[in-house]
Amino acid sequence: MVELALPKNSQVKSGKHWPAPAGAKKVKTFKIYRYDPEAGGNPRWDTYDVDVDTVGPMVLDALLYIKNTIDPTLAFRRSCREGVCGSCSMNIGGRNTLACTHGWAEVPGKAVQISPLPHMPVVKDLIPDLTLFYAQYASVEPWLHTDTPEPQAEWKQSPEDREKLDGLYECILCACCSTSCPSYWWNGDKYLGPAALLHAYRWLIDSRDEATGDRLDQLEDPFKLYRCHTIMNCAQVCPKGLNPAKAIAEIKKMMVERVV
Amino acid sequence: MSKNDIFQPIQFRTPLSRARGLGASRHGVSHFITERVSGLALAPLSVWGVFAALKLVGADQHTAAAWVGQPVNAVLLSLLLISALIHLSNAVQVVIEDYIHRFTSKSALVIGNLFVCVLAGAVGVFSILKVALTVTGAH
Repeated sequence: MVELALPKNSQVKSGKHWPAPAGAKKVKTFKIYRYDPEAGGNPRWDTYDVDVDTVGPMVLDALLYIKNTIDPTLAFRRSCREGVCGSCSMNIGGRNTLACTHGWAEVPGKAVQISPLPHMPVVKDLIPDLTLFYAQYASVEPWLHTDTPEPQAEWKQSPEDREKLDGLYECILCACCSTSCPSYWWNGDKYLGPAALLHAYRWLIDSRDEATGDRLDQLEDPFKLYRCHTIMNCAQVCPKGLNPAKAIAEIKKMMVERVV
Repeated sequence: MSKNDIFQPIQFRTPLSRARGLGASRHGVSHFITERVSGLALAPLSVWGVFAALKLVGADQHTAAAWVGQPVNAVLLSLLLISALIHLSNAVQVVIEDYIHRFTSKSALVIGNLFVCVLAGAVGVFSILKVALTVTGAH
């Protein structure tokens, strides 16, 4: 059955409060999900009052400030700090996005609420376990499949065919889309999710690929593909402005095209 | 919880094996097409159905039965019922698959949904035919 309430050991309790230093002029509260598997116990909401006059504009700046100056135990992933690597994806103000490209001032409400990507097992604090997500990506075999012997030089592609990959190849696998999808929440073990399907489509329409039929065979399934109900959360949250829902709709069209 | 559940605490299966699961069942496209085609058929049929129902507001039983007895009305009414039930059973099956994850309860509900829709269709079409043929026979 679908779970409408969190299991008892996952219910988030209120946690520590870290007040702003004396003399702070501009204070912003950050409410952050904390969970430490080694300490045991339930996850909790810790609140940090941050003097934002000394903090950069992005949520990631604030998280680094908290980790460096207030609470070094806070755990989160980050790397490129410019929206290229996809490491710092998290749920900020109720919306999945990248901490490095989202300004804390843009978050509505009094406190900036930050939690890990929804409905994933949590490793620690803001770090979700994305093992299955990456395996689902690998399962669509995201590389060129050919039977024709390799040419002496490169596989050729017209500029028009190359253009078809725009809006697909830019995906950074941050998992914002898949973890915002209710269908993925309820059936994440069987439904491939928007990110993996967007990549599947990227190889389905690659003019150089010779395995289109096999790829479609591997996707034709009530769960792997057809759990997409066009909810569109994926397109709404994608920090790169891509539209996985459209890619999935195109796959569904290809499925129809080969039987009609 | 299915065998493939991502929240099982100890997993010795590799992530790729879990992602691949039992493989693609190679069906789903016919369900997708049926859902859309039945929806397409329902668009004009349901508009006709609403107008017909409005026309019969306040009519006595004899008038209503006579209306059903007209061949065009009887045929369209049967088609409306059949396409609505096909659309319904397909959609309800998707809802069951979305939210119910235990194999036994899911299968029981999917079969139950099919039986209820087929039964409703059989009773409905039989009733339309009975009214239509009885009225026609009386004239």
